[in-house]
Amino acid sequence: MAVTDAPRIVTARLGHDDSHTLDRFLATGGYEGLRKALTMTPEAVAAEVDAASLLGRGGAGFPAGRKWSMLRKDPVTYLVVNGDESEPATFKDHLLLEGDPHQLIEGVVIAAYALQVSLAFIYVRGEFALGLERVQAALNEAYRHKAVGADIFGSGFSVDVVVHPGAGAYICGEETALLEALEGKRGFPRIKPPFFPASVGLYGQPTVVNNVETMSNLPWIVTHGGAAFAALGGGRSTGTRLFALSGHVNNPGTYEVEMVKTTFRDLIYAPVLGGGVRGGREVKAIIPGGVSAPWFGPDKLDLPLGQDEVGEAGSMLGSGAITVMDSSTCMVRAAWRITKFFSRESCGQCTPCREGSGWLERVLFRIEHGGGREEDLDLLLDVSDNISPGLLWPPQQTTICVLGPSIPSSIHSAIEMFRDEFLLHIKEGACPHG
Amino acid sequence: MAETAAPHDDAPSGVGFTLDGRPATAEPGELLISAAERNGTYIPRFCYHPRLEPVGMCRMCLVEVSGPRGATLQPACFIAAQEGMEVVTDSEKVKKAQDGVLEFLLVNHPLDCPVCDKGGECPLQDQTLAYGPGESRFVEEKRHFAKPVPISELVLLDRERCIQCARCTRFAEEVAGEAQIDFAGRGERVEVATFPGEPFSSYFSGNTVQICPVGALTATPYRFTARPWDLDQVESTCTTCSFGCRVAVQSSANRLTRLLGIDADPVNQGWLCDKGRFTFESVNGAEPAAGADGAAVASGTARSAARLTEPMVRKGGELVPVGWNEALAAAAEGLSAARRHGGPGAVALLGGARCTNEGAYAWAKLAKAVLGTDSVDAQLADGLPADLVLSLPRATLDETCSARVVVLLTGDVREELPVLFLRLRRAALDKTTSLVEVTPVPTSLTRYAAVSLAARPGDAPAIARAIAGDAAAAGALANHPEGPACHPDDLARAKGIVGSGGDGVVVVVGRPSLAEHEGVVAEAALALAEALPAARFLPALRRGNVHGALDMGLAPGVLPGRVSLADGAAWFTAGWGSVPATRGRGAAEVLASLAGDDPAGADGRVRALIALGADVVGDFCDQDLAERALGAADFVVAVTGHLSATTDRADVVLPAAVAHERPGTTTNLEGRVTRLGQKLVPPGLAWPDWMIATELAGELGADFKVDGLGDLAEEIERLAPAYAGLTPAVLDAGRDGVVAPYDAARTGARTPEPIDPMALPGVESAERQGAPPRVGSAEAPAAEDGRPHDGPPGPPRPPLLSAPAPAAAPHLPPVDSYSLRLVSTRRLYDAGGAVSGSPSLAPLAPAATVRANPYDLDRLGVSTGDRVRVRSARGALVLAAEADESVARGVVAVGFNLAPEGAEGPANAAAVLIDARAAVTEVRLESVG
Repeated sequence: MAVTDAPRIVTARLGHDDSHTLDRFLATGGYEGLRKALTMTPEAVAAEVDAASLLGRGGAGFPAGRKWSMLRKDPVTYLVVNGDESEPATFKDHLLLEGDPHQLIEGVVIAAYALQVSLAFIYVRGEFALGLERVQAALNEAYRHKAVGADIFGSGFSVDVVVHPGAGAYICGEETALLEALEGKRGFPRIKPPFFPASVGLYGQPTVVNNVETMSNLPWIVTHGGAAFAALGGGRSTGTRLFALSGHVNNPGTYEVEMVKTTFRDLIYAPVLGGGVRGGREVKAIIPGGVSAPWFGPDKLDLPLGQDEVGEAGSMLGSGAITVMDSSTCMVRAAWRITKFFSRESCGQCTPCREGSGWLERVLFRIEHGGGREEDLDLLLDVSDNISPGLLWPPQQTTICVLGPSIPSSIHSAIEMFRDEFLLHIKEGACPHG
Repeated sequence: MAETAAPHDDAPSGVGFTLDGRPATAEPGELLISAAERNGTYIPRFCYHPRLEPVGMCRMCLVEVSGPRGATLQPACFIAAQEGMEVVTDSEKVKKAQDGVLEFLLVNHPLDCPVCDKGGECPLQDQTLAYGPGESRFVEEKRHFAKPVPISELVLLDRERCIQCARCTRFAEEVAGEAQIDFAGRGERVEVATFPGEPFSSYFSGNTVQICPVGALTATPYRFTARPWDLDQVESTCTTCSFGCRVAVQSSANRLTRLLGIDADPVNQGWLCDKGRFTFESVNGAEPAAGADGAAVASGTARSAARLTEPMVRKGGELVPVGWNEALAAAAEGLSAARRHGGPGAVALLGGARCTNEGAYAWAKLAKAVLGTDSVDAQLADGLPADLVLSLPRATLDETCSARVVVLLTGDVREELPVLFLRLRRAALDKTTSLVEVTPVPTSLTRYAAVSLAARPGDAPAIARAIAGDAAAAGALANHPEGPACHPDDLARAKGIVGSGGDGVVVVVGRPSLAEHEGVVAEAALALAEALPAARFLPALRRGNVHGALDMGLAPGVLPGRVSLADGAAWFTAGWGSVPATRGRGAAEVLASLAGDDPAGADGRVRALIALGADVVGDFCDQDLAERALGAADFVVAVTGHLSATTDRADVVLPAAVAHERPGTTTNLEGRVTRLGQKLVPPGLAWPDWMIATELAGELGADFKVDGLGDLAEEIERLAPAYAGLTPAVLDAGRDGVVAPYDAARTGARTPEPIDPMALPGVESAERQGAPPRVGSAEAPAAEDGRPHDGPPGPPRPPLLSAPAPAAAPHLPPVDSYSLRLVSTRRLYDAGGAVSGSPSLAPLAPAATVRANPYDLDRLGVSTGDRVRVRSARGALVLAAEADESVARGVVAVGFNLAPEGAEGPANAAAVLIDARAAVTEVRLESVG
């Protein structure tokens, strides 16, 4: 039961009621990272981020420094911040948007400087009413403070930042769908190739798309140096990371912990963190990285919270959302509810996801509600296989974007780990959990 | 579909890849789906369409493609072949993916094939059979939608059948430029939808039905009328306008059921306009009412819908059905009587643009060689002087749509030649072509034009000179009392663009306004031809086969094959026996002579008229003149498929077969000669036009020695210089016809036979029944060797018309500040017989209004919606006013051939006002409170 004494990098101000204000921000070292960055060359700033080995915090975990280095040289490039946090049980960016918008803006301007981009967009999930209000208010303050806009802090560097509210679609968290939405189009993910927005992005121009939490780490990294960040954590998973802990724990919430040195068990059971499972029950399964991730059983509780460690174990840290399901949970119902979410949020562009998600949901609903047949288990797996051939990890896909192969994760996990529970539903013609 | 390479083409520039283990070659950048097809492997698909941008949505074309992370499933419609790429289309993994996608597509599909129009020609059915799993494991309740929902006046959507392939939405956005349909909803509730309050209002909506790979989109004229396997089909050319779209014409039980666009690369590239697609309804005509004979049919729309089935002769003031012998004898006697009284010039022939080339030729021969009159005109003062059209250096459509600069000196292309609009829009969007437009009112191409120059009636010649570099002309334009209609800067830009075009300038020349004399446009075209000697011209005359009719000599001063009367006199005297001694009158002059407006000329006065497939009253732009002319005529023969205002005044009515009822050839605006297929047996006693001419000639004592269409085709090839070499063998070598004059070197690649049934639904399945009957050859095998025949012994073959002569333009009156100049532009849906006889289209014709600049309306205290009296020297009528900033000051616009709102009033409001013989028509507006 170890909680490290790593510094709180992105959540340091969050205890204060006025953490979102410029006054608090300036009183606690705000915009110092930006001021320092502006004294450096853009390349030097990028080098610090590369040295920090900052893995993207959105879900795919692509190293931010490498992503930046892939930006195609072009007179017009853009920076887009993905704040469309919509994965069920994921609420870490939510906290940063509402609690420390200036830190995000500072990170955005640092990144814009490093990339020499003069227009940046912050795409915020439409349902985040307070977050949108706070980010926009902070942006207005930052403009007045000369931290954004023309000739920032007298450095000669200029960047405009635009806040764009989403319109309520999970798929717009997929970066190419986000770019389409930002362009005013329907939020359909773009088909690959081209593979990376860094080559063809917003309005066809090279674009870097980074997550809110990724951006929020930049002021600290610039202030303290990439090496200091890289000294935290372990392996490729450096620094600290926000985890949104939910489900059957005593203290659900968002926790910033040091990567790798903290385990799932630490996060769930440490008194200052999750505080243990509700009612003292046993962990039945955890979802380690958002509902797109394959599930873990209790045997994986001592796995460190590291990207590669979790990946090698057959799942992912994904969006940093960890959901705990205790022994009272109906796994058929859990799989059905997650599949229902994907079915509702499938954009409908490509056939396997559009039709497969609804089909899988109907079958799971039928089993949960007493109409299951034994052959439905093979059917579920085979339909899943037609969306994600081989049901491998990392997944293959017959779909345009990764929402498709996200659908089978929970179904495959639930049947693999809890086949008997499915069979009991089918045999009894009802959900044994009532 | 431009690829013409044969399978296993081993062009050295190709990209080498491996297809199912064997070597294959692709064009650089070619998509796998297309490269595989050319290499003999068909990859199933739904969303891919060769004329649309790929989207990779349906996932039916997933194949295994080697890559840095091993072989993965990739959509063949989205991945370009690359050197060394390994592509597998037949593995277990691919098969499972295809099974999976088809099973998914059928999950929510209603499987109502027995009542679905698409059943039997459905790519979803066919590919399920060929590539599907055989049975579905889906036992849940399917998705439900209310259905069908109309998305336009002509198209209905069944959302349950839709497989969300985005073909229709991509067509609307990419090809038509009307992004009025798009996806709404998400997940399996995704549906194609229109925007609230905005229907899919498009002239091209029928194309979405044709390319829909399921039965989701149906067109009201075809819906539930036939099963595909009951349809019989021929390939033909649409003659609704002169663009010449290639079509598959389908019928069942001797009624037309459907037209589909054929992907003829040099012409329509698969697309059709809705008018061309759906006016087959007017060919079918109204179902004959019980006991009704031709003469007893009521007036109005019902009348125009009714087909003529019997020859009729006027007896005691009434048209009475008679046999052909009696009708022909009466016609011959009436025409002979006119000749006896007034010489050959006493007979005139108007019309012929609805004829086949063979029909037009036979009628030209009848008029010029038998009756001896040169007062023959296939145009009704709505076109351009024939000798100008035939002598300007001609551009093909491909040359036009790939020219660096296209000068548009014509009406709104989308309203007149809709598919030309699609192609010019694409050329402008692709930035390969700069459009310079000269137009009295904004058109559909204005937004795509590099420069659009507003031209008041009468301005076109000065603008033409100005953009060709004449500074004095530019200065003169600025002297209008209301100020110049086009900004001097725009004029300068246009001049710069045209000047930079070098030899890549094509001028599309037609009629920007029917209230402006053809001589005004002719003068402008001549000015451009003189100033830009390398420029080529695409004559945008609109009527069906008007170009074929002009080529066949149905115009004053010309003889068949694009030769002048003077140049061709000796040749055709040898071939025909005689030709007219003097140049005859054009349509307006014929009517003026009939009406007694003109003093009798050297060849006397016109007394008798043959109306050849033309409703002279309804189609002519000057109603007063046309009515007086017919009223004063001694004798009128109407050759027509439908009753009309002209048949009301006719002494003899001869029932003619119309489009799709007779074989032959037609010539489009670029001079492309294509086959017309016969799909229907003509109704009743109706005859094809060539046969009527031949029999009437016989009645007049001349033997054409024609036993069938093939004889005429052979005679045309032999005698008409521009058609030399266009033998049946040459015409039938490809699907796209041949541009006249025939130049084997310039003819180039032909559109290959379609191998993708998805690109051309319906056609492929019908083709399995065998090739369409080859027209003409059954009757008289004509020259099969493809070599031009030798002409008749004697005079040498005359030269083709070239070096256009300056036309005498009527005098342009000075501008006065009390009068407004009338502009009248065509609309696609108008009061003409094709639309009014087609129940699906007739309601779409807009009402006539008078549009004017708000500045001019304010001076009268009139605003939008007010009724104003529009008065010209010819006539007056009351119309609703519309304020429109885009109309230049000093100009009013009244759409051509549109009826005013309400039951009363003329069918063609503009024809009440237009003076066909004036350079411009001036009108005054009066408020009527």
